[in-house]
Amino acid sequence: MEAIVSGLLLFGLFFLLAGTLGLLRLRDVYSRMHATTKSTTLGMAGVLLAALLYLRFLGLSSGLKETLILGFLFLTAPVGAHMIARAAYRAGVALWQGGVVDEFRDWQEKQ
Amino acid sequence: MIATVTLLVLSGITLSILLSAYRVLRGPTIPDRVVALDNISTNLVAAIVVFSIRSQSALYIDVALVIVILSFLATVVAAKYLLRGTVID
Repeated sequence: MEAIVSGLLLFGLFFLLAGTLGLLRLRDVYSRMHATTKSTTLGMAGVLLAALLYLRFLGLSSGLKETLILGFLFLTAPVGAHMIARAAYRAGVALWQGGVVDEFRDWQEKQ
Repeated sequence: MIATVTLLVLSGITLSILLSAYRVLRGPTIPDRVVALDNISTNLVAAIVVFSIRSQSALYIDVALVIVILSFLATVVAAKYLLRGTVID
């Protein structure tokens, strides 16, 4: 049991650090958001699964609250990222110069 | 074994929070800072859950649940402020 929990914790740590690396190294706000939202959610899934297994193994928790946090995170992370991306685009934050496609602008021009 | 691994993971999460703080301070635009703060709060929740495993107590899970809800609320309010210029209209 301890080996499984340790493996899940290290899995979670890897993806949390990958998200932060993307936040530091990518070029514009949209790609940074792309990095943090997805990989941070996966890292949190690993950490919360480890907590669920270990606390339930010790008989301290039924695992309901960990599942609740995980479900809430899966629902709210995409919604929050979408709201910030929309606000940033409306506020006129530019895309990276090297980008090749801006489908929203093309769609607006077609309307 | 659990004690060693949780200490390692807590150190890694602390490093991740410090690196995100660089983006909060230097981010060229306001949405960059909001994204970095969101990342910090998610990392903080992960740290609290790992600490709950380390101290073998289920009490800290409640704290993590409250911080998850508050961070989503903060993100929504920041996005609304960026979009309209006001929060409550």
